Amino acid sequence: MSGYQALVSARFRALLQYRSAAIAGFTTQIFFGLVFVMVFEAFFRSSTAFQPMTLPEVTTYIWLGQAFLVLQPWNVDRELQTMVRSGGVTYELLRPLDLYFAWFTRAIALRTAPTLLRSAPLLTLAALFMGFQAPESWAAGIAFAITMFGALLLSCAITNPLSISLMWTISGEGVTGFAPAIVMTLSGMIVPIPFFPDWAQTIVRILPFSGLVDTPYRLYLGHLPASDLPILLAHQLLWTLALIFLGRWMLSRALKRMTVQGG
Amino acid sequence: MPQIVVENLIKTYRIPERRPGIWGALVGVAKRTYRTVQALDGVSFSIEPGELVGYIGPNGAGKSTTIKVISGILNPDSGVCEIDGLVPWENRVAHVKRIGVVFGQRTQLWWDLPVIESFDLLRDIYGVDKDEYLETKNELVERLDIEDLLDVPVRLLSLGQRMRCDLVAALLHKPSILFLDEPTVGLDSVSKLAFRDFIRDFNKERGLTVILTTHDMDDIEALCNRVMVIGNGQILSDGPLDELRNRFGQERLLTVDFVEENVHISDPNATVVEQSGHRTKLRFNPNDVPASDLISRVAAQHPLRDLFVENPPIEEIIARIYKENQL
Repeated sequence: MSGYQALVSARFRALLQYRSAAIAGFTTQIFFGLVFVMVFEAFFRSSTAFQPMTLPEVTTYIWLGQAFLVLQPWNVDRELQTMVRSGGVTYELLRPLDLYFAWFTRAIALRTAPTLLRSAPLLTLAALFMGFQAPESWAAGIAFAITMFGALLLSCAITNPLSISLMWTISGEGVTGFAPAIVMTLSGMIVPIPFFPDWAQTIVRILPFSGLVDTPYRLYLGHLPASDLPILLAHQLLWTLALIFLGRWMLSRALKRMTVQGG
Repeated sequence: MPQIVVENLIKTYRIPERRPGIWGALVGVAKRTYRTVQALDGVSFSIEPGELVGYIGPNGAGKSTTIKVISGILNPDSGVCEIDGLVPWENRVAHVKRIGVVFGQRTQLWWDLPVIESFDLLRDIYGVDKDEYLETKNELVERLDIEDLLDVPVRLLSLGQRMRCDLVAALLHKPSILFLDEPTVGLDSVSKLAFRDFIRDFNKERGLTVILTTHDMDDIEALCNRVMVIGNGQILSDGPLDELRNRFGQERLLTVDFVEENVHISDPNATVVEQSGHRTKLRFNPNDVPASDLISRVAAQHPLRDLFVENPPIEEIIARIYKENQL
């Protein structure tokens, strides 16, 4: 096993141990999902105007969002946060590994382990009782799966600059405050992007965050045709690459000016 | 050829300063003030393969900063450092493969994992060959006597146990240089002795180069034939332990137990340092008066029960160096 693989699998196993967090998260997300569905139901009932998505589509979209909530780059690795605070990060630099990719693999574990624990039970429950539907077609399902993988990489590429910013701010309170607000709004997690005003849609489509939620979920619904897959995938991957460059640049600057906390 | 060459290393830290109180905090939000601290102010030395070097200095002198620079963690502002032909902060990945580092205050083991899983993880990270790993691991485990600890999660280990495991972890990839940064802090005497024996033997058998920072002068006396003293970011003294002794402390200490209590001694060549009960301690310089002369003069004044002559503790010598350099 390579060093990176070994690290991912160790961190993954460690994160799988957080059972109570998974149960708490699961309950909260069912609750939030229900609230969102009810809000949209009220909205659809009170409006006779033409809407860009149907209620069943929005419902499925919401449940996908809740199931993959923790896949979004909304926080930083708590272990890393402690390490930067205490100075334990020194040992990270003593490993014969590229620090950026070591942290990228950490981000992969951070995003996948909790998602794995929550998504399957949540989607099963939502499919049985709460109006969650299967993908529109085989093609839609496959396009969804591919772009979910793209979304994972993109999410990690956004997570890393957040983690690296800890080396300036130490505490990370600021980052963990504003990151969820930006990510959840601009990705279409709170309100699907088709409901945005036209001028905002153009901007939000260009920004990286739509690749996290809007792209895979609307492909799933068939609301975006599966034939758009190449361009959507390109959007995700180009942003991923750009953010990796940004992260690497930040990290090399951070290391040059680094001081070690606690002697 | 030296294995480690360090020339004129300079490292400054910029430390944000905040005036006390609420007003100070508010001002700090609007305008940050910084204080620069010169952690390394032109440090130079070179170390041959297989040397066991003690690196000492008061808190904040630059010991740990030096270790962090030469192990590739920190970038210096300027200066040269080559270790086995590599510049640590430029070829970090290649460099760290060849060194082992133990920080006494931290652990490199994974807090929640059993010790053995941490070791296995390190094997993968360093890409150590499986058979070679098993051989090294088994030998180290036996020598440091940690067989029973292998299945225990690291967070449950005592400090002494953790230290031994950390030492194994630092040596699993067979480094040629070992940096030990205050490894004996907080250890009990048994652990300290075991630790010293191990380091001494390993250094002798394998020719492992060791750099040891410590505040415990017994570590230095027991292990190091060469001592570097750093203060205010500069090397104040560098040489064999005996040389340091000769330069700074030729004086000897004569401890005498008299038959009677509270004896008063006066001698032109000796000063009384301590007097309590039967015991009196005298300081003298053997260049002024041979020990035998002094002893017979003292014995002529009062009957003796016991006596011995010793070097002043290395601690005292170091304290004197610090004092001379106003640290």
